[in-house]
Amino acid sequence: MAQYSESVKNFERVRDYMREFYVYGFKSREDYTQKSARSYDDERRRLESWLGDHMSFKQTSSGKNVFISIDSRTSQHNPLYRAWKAKSFTDGDITLHFMLMDILPSESPTDSTGISIKDIMSLIDNYLTETGSDKTFDESTIRKKLKEYVEEGLVTAKKIGKNMFYFRAADDKLPDRDLLVFFSEIAPCGVIGSFLLDKEEQTKSLFTFKHHYITSALDSEILCELFSAMSEKKMVTLTSVGRKKDNVKEHHAVPLKILESVQNGRQYLMAFVPSMDRIVSYRTDYIISVKPEEVCPDFDDLREKLAGMRQHIWGVSTEGHSGERMEHVDFTVHYGDDEQFIRTRLEREKRCGTVERIDSNTSRFSADVYDCGELVPWIRTFICRIEEIHFSDKELEEQFKKDIEEMYQLYDI
Amino acid sequence: MIFDAIRKEQAMIFSELYSAYYNAVATILKEAANNKIDSSRIRDIIEKYAFGESVLNIEPALKEGRWSLLKPDGTSVLEKKPTMPLTKVEKQWLKAISMDPRVSLFFPEGTGGGGNPSTDTYQTDIGFENDISPLFTPSDYEIFDRYLDGDNYTDENYRSNFRLILDAIKNHYPLSIHMENRTGKRVRQAVLPDHLEYSEKDDKFRLIGAWKKSRVIINLGRISDCRRYNGPEEPLKETKETGLKKATSRKVVFELDDRRNALERVLLHFAHFEKQAEHIDDRKYKVTVIYDRDDETEIVIRLLSFGPMVKVIAPESFVELIKKRLIDQKSCGL
Repeated sequence: MAQYSESVKNFERVRDYMREFYVYGFKSREDYTQKSARSYDDERRRLESWLGDHMSFKQTSSGKNVFISIDSRTSQHNPLYRAWKAKSFTDGDITLHFMLMDILPSESPTDSTGISIKDIMSLIDNYLTETGSDKTFDESTIRKKLKEYVEEGLVTAKKIGKNMFYFRAADDKLPDRDLLVFFSEIAPCGVIGSFLLDKEEQTKSLFTFKHHYITSALDSEILCELFSAMSEKKMVTLTSVGRKKDNVKEHHAVPLKILESVQNGRQYLMAFVPSMDRIVSYRTDYIISVKPEEVCPDFDDLREKLAGMRQHIWGVSTEGHSGERMEHVDFTVHYGDDEQFIRTRLEREKRCGTVERIDSNTSRFSADVYDCGELVPWIRTFICRIEEIHFSDKELEEQFKKDIEEMYQLYDI
Repeated sequence: MIFDAIRKEQAMIFSELYSAYYNAVATILKEAANNKIDSSRIRDIIEKYAFGESVLNIEPALKEGRWSLLKPDGTSVLEKKPTMPLTKVEKQWLKAISMDPRVSLFFPEGTGGGGNPSTDTYQTDIGFENDISPLFTPSDYEIFDRYLDGDNYTDENYRSNFRLILDAIKNHYPLSIHMENRTGKRVRQAVLPDHLEYSEKDDKFRLIGAWKKSRVIINLGRISDCRRYNGPEEPLKETKETGLKKATSRKVVFELDDRRNALERVLLHFAHFEKQAEHIDDRKYKVTVIYDRDDETEIVIRLLSFGPMVKVIAPESFVELIKKRLIDQKSCGL
């Protein structure tokens, strides 16, 4: 039986547990039925070790609930990034890392000598002797590590004659720390900014963040792989799971764009799926692996097609329930003389819709989109002033009105 | 478990190169470059740079020689203090953010920024070579529901105000600010700035500070003039301590009926608040959300957006806010 370790080799299991503890947080140990009790205990212990005070507990009638509680408005750095800094490694990995970074000469315009594998081995042996270690590293292990570091961009290799010579990549000056702090919180794959911040002494952040969703941090590796495929205009095979994590599927698709919501924190991949001959969206938190495939010759055309479709996509959906290619919605709101901010709200929140001023106290919003259902939650935020509403999908209109009726009943109105 | 089947040969970012353990060991070796480092200092460093239980692993591994990096006398075996060049993906990420118009906020005028935000070429030199391709470009990524009246980052006056405010926060001096208030009237406000708050949804910065024992919040987009304060002196320490007390928190409790995937939608939507969820029975859940008093109206409309799947049950004052809106809606005849 494997011994417990604070570090992990595979991020996927951690990603799953962190999301459960952070987003849901009402499940007891017994509810994690698809995982073993031992696995649950190990993951909970790891998260406690990584997140410290952010882990909370509550005793309920169904057992002890573990949850991650973070008010992202008062937390200056995304605590979930800590999980990305817990990758396991071998004793040889860490020893070789520090020795190689010390031994390799820095690449510079004035120094093009480099160092051969033979000399590297000899210097490593000297270091090992100095520490009193009886350990040795064979040539193939060192070559493998150097090759890995060349791919990571830490080392450059030059062939001179028949021999390979190695350098450390040039050291770059880091940009302004405030800039890194800001973008590490709000940019895609911001965890990379957090890695850069770790290189310097920690100081108090000058920023806090409102409406700050932090769970997308858990999808950073998936996002990196999708960006990489997009930059190479490659198709991918996506492996995704269903909402209940019980349904694994593979999809052959052309990744075109990542769309993110800052109103619910979800990220989506917009991709063309040849078998469906359509552009569809995938939630990135449901994607568990991305495998790059062949280059897609139609990539630019497909991206252009998506750009053209964007004026009719309210959120991410490219197909409604009515079966019609295009759906229509319009509604009219009334506001008092001292409520002109409602018109401002409509203007700033209209996205691909149109706002028309009927009179000084009335405005009408209308939109032609693929899926009117996506607008319903937003339209409900105007409850108290909706005078008229029309959906081309009559079933949706009926449901909207029924829901309002049900809300009256809920509050005995 | 299905995730166990997912193994990657080499991940792009989940790598030991960025691990808290490597960072902690690098700091230990820096301190041990010239002098012996003792156990207590090693433990302090591990506590600061790594995780709760890391001390159980790092210290013995160094001391027992499994990681052959310390000599028997407690000094580092390395010739130099350890550093690591930027990795390819770190450079790619920096290149990607250099295309964001907000980068120019952090550079003095004339030293970067000022490109064309409508193209992929809004680049600012942030100090690395040009042969690196960006990790993502504006064509690869988009926020689709951000409000359309965000701050104007290309405005020179805005950028210089931003930089002065950052400097005032770092160096603890007060500012005198002219701005338009909500009714469009020009007003002047003195403030000792504490920090900047950024809303991703609004795409706006707000200055959070204090003056005369009161909390002061100013939208940067409303500032017309910002300069160092030269008026009568204020006891700055007292101003900060009393004025910056945490904004008053409030609590709302609601029942959630898990129809139409409401549970996931609601909990994700409110994920950025301090909150607690409890399973009551079958499809029913009880959720408590803690919010800032100033944001009450926003919370009311966010809860309304979930329709009949959410019913506010406490406090009574919040229930009344919801009821008032529903009564008004009923009078609209819908």
